[in-house]
Amino acid sequence: MEEKFAYIENAEQPIAMHPKKFALWLFIVTVVMIFASLTSAYIVRQSEGNWLEFDLPSIFYYTSGIIVLSSIFLHWAYISAKKDDLSSLRIGMVITSFLGLAFLIGQWYSWIALVDRDVFFVGNPAGSFLYVFTGLHALHLVSGVIFLIIVLISSFKYKVHSKNLDTMEMCVTYWHFLGGLWLYLFMFLLLNH
Amino acid sequence: MATAHTATHSASANDHHDDHEHHDNFITKYIFTTDHKMIGKQFLVTGIFWAIIGGLLSIIFRLQLGFPDMELYWLKPILGGWIDDAGKLDPNFYLALVTMHGTIMVFFVLTAGLSGTFSNFLIPLQIGARDMASGFMNMLSYWFFFLSGVVMFISLFIETGPASGGWVVYPPLSALEQAMPGSGLGMTMWLVAMTFFIASSLLGGINYITTVINLRTKGMSFSRLPLTIWAFFLTAVIGLLSFPVLFSAALLLVFDRSFGTSFYLSDIYIGGEALPNTGGSPVLYQHLFWFLGHPEVYIVLLPALGITSEIISVNSRKPIFGYKAMIISMLGITILSFIVWAHHMFVSGMNPFLGSIFMFLTLIIAIPSAVKVFNYLTTLWRGNLIFTPGMLFSIGLVSFFISGGLTGIFLGNSAIDIQLHDTYFVVAHFHLVMGSASFFGLMAGVYHWFPKMFGRMMDARLGYIHFWLTFIGVYMVFFPMHYIGIAGFPRRYYSWTNFEFSNMYTDLNMFVSVAAIITFGAQLIFLFNFFYSMYRGRVASLNPWRANTLEWTTPLHPKHGNWPGEIPTVYRWPYDYSKPGAADDFIPQTVPLSATPESNLPHEQELVKLEKAIIADEEDVLVANVSKES
Repeated sequence: MEEKFAYIENAEQPIAMHPKKFALWLFIVTVVMIFASLTSAYIVRQSEGNWLEFDLPSIFYYTSGIIVLSSIFLHWAYISAKKDDLSSLRIGMVITSFLGLAFLIGQWYSWIALVDRDVFFVGNPAGSFLYVFTGLHALHLVSGVIFLIIVLISSFKYKVHSKNLDTMEMCVTYWHFLGGLWLYLFMFLLLNH
Repeated sequence: MATAHTATHSASANDHHDDHEHHDNFITKYIFTTDHKMIGKQFLVTGIFWAIIGGLLSIIFRLQLGFPDMELYWLKPILGGWIDDAGKLDPNFYLALVTMHGTIMVFFVLTAGLSGTFSNFLIPLQIGARDMASGFMNMLSYWFFFLSGVVMFISLFIETGPASGGWVVYPPLSALEQAMPGSGLGMTMWLVAMTFFIASSLLGGINYITTVINLRTKGMSFSRLPLTIWAFFLTAVIGLLSFPVLFSAALLLVFDRSFGTSFYLSDIYIGGEALPNTGGSPVLYQHLFWFLGHPEVYIVLLPALGITSEIISVNSRKPIFGYKAMIISMLGITILSFIVWAHHMFVSGMNPFLGSIFMFLTLIIAIPSAVKVFNYLTTLWRGNLIFTPGMLFSIGLVSFFISGGLTGIFLGNSAIDIQLHDTYFVVAHFHLVMGSASFFGLMAGVYHWFPKMFGRMMDARLGYIHFWLTFIGVYMVFFPMHYIGIAGFPRRYYSWTNFEFSNMYTDLNMFVSVAAIITFGAQLIFLFNFFYSMYRGRVASLNPWRANTLEWTTPLHPKHGNWPGEIPTVYRWPYDYSKPGAADDFIPQTVPLSATPESNLPHEQELVKLEKAIIADEEDVLVANVSKES
């Protein structure tokens, strides 16, 4: 009796979207708000003067390239998963995860480059803001890499395939978002530093 | 239809029990529960606990304000060293009391206690869902709130006292340990607690929005949602957009406090020595804080307004007047709440031209607010009013919303604000329009949904006494504050009696303090009523207020999953009260239009054909399933 009702409900639930995917999008909204508020704070503070001028580390161009590449590979992995091409999926996931780690290491080198030109976390807010942007973004990226590794592991356990893509899709959404967020931050800094 | 459902419910209740509850023990049922109803109750009880603490703190500082010469030795057992040898309250602790009263009431009681309780409890029940989209996240939301409360509670007892820079914790006061005792460990704990609180609010908010959008039952379109759900939904949207900004503000404050950065600090001299921080801007913090702070006012108020819409409609036995206007005005408030924050900063040295823009935007909020007030009044107008305690508290809310809202028009003017800023006029304004109104919404909700929460009725007579004492008490407390404030009496001061003009308000302050103590005492009636009725109250009927919404179609004590059988389908909006031609003065949402031809309006009669087609389809599916199984 009960099972029959459950069956009907499943067939009829007016779900427009997978609830977890929807929740992920809402989480992305909160991250957007954090960075929107920080970048607006940057503009407000900058307009008040007493602002340290310095060149952005050129390594940001390389890390931006890496994050774009990782997104491309992840998307290739996703398309492979859709086609049930599991070996390509695994290769794609491994490359993406490594590129994600490479990005993090690159960001670390950007901090070293900043220190080299005497821009420290403590000091003029112009530099502090840069550390906050990159640091907070890197923190989110760490969560993204963990997510990538989770999907990577489940791809080796045959748990990611065309019939079971929800987790993979969420991972792809999150990773593309983090990449886009970095490109926004970089663009913002190029225009406003 | 509704009765037919109940019959199947009892038949399949046992199967269902096995389905969901076979592994429930005390811990999974009452502590680490994922059932939205229990989580709602957890939020409610925790909120009540915090309301008592927050109220007690206010009583202590009201004693100081009303009776500055009083000897407070008798408080020594609780406050210890904060009462000095002369029996006086320590001025630093006074500031801590004001700060903690504000923080606790705004965040722990009226955000978590109100939104947390009723969004959790009512969203799945009123939209027809088994539970929240993610029960686990929901549980996490409560436990983050609990953790936040633990940290905040411990900070009350540390030696240097809790945070003392006002609930807005403006730097540099809050950023420098040297500024005041409360800016040391107390402030750190405040920031830690708020971080957990933000996480809790966001987890809750994400869940509420996802649930409302994705898990509505069949037929529950957005235009059939009860106004409570609309209010909770928009509240969650506001929270989702504004709490991250508070997080940013707090994060930068943490860096300034603990890592030596200069986001908010610049050119500060302490004891003749310059601090190393240069280049920061304290106004930046105010912008970030009030970008949350103002929407927070509506996070507190909107759920109360939603609850009131529902209760007033039910107890006027009339459809809510202007259902769509209500939704549009709530949407308007939601949007406007994000573009008015700088009206808290008129005297911060902000560009006066910017001030006049924010003044203009602020005054626009009067329009949706007035629309809501008129709709409440027109719903009440010539209704068959039933004065349940919940109804009285709802009407009380409307009263506070009007009297407190009117003073908002004055405060929103950047010129008048120069005189009124940070005086007791402001205190009176927001305690009426936001504090008391939301508190009354919370109370109305508790009285109204208590039968659904605990299966028993609260005592109405005690409810009436509680209402009248609180209602009159609140006006006695906050009305005189307008006069004190217009005279220029500033808020947050330990003592302000050394001037001729302020000295003459000692009597008024005394009156306010006495009224505050009586009002607080009246809440004990509620506490008794609440806990006594939970165990000994009269057992409630299934639909004690004869209301239309879905929660009253559940069994008396709904299990995890809410409906034992199929989730009911919704065929109409929730406000079909006293419909001309109908036999009863209410038609639940689960009654199909085809079952009520006598009361259908012409356009509804058109819908009946469509409805019949859908019902026929459903039966086909049902038959198909049965044949598959056999």
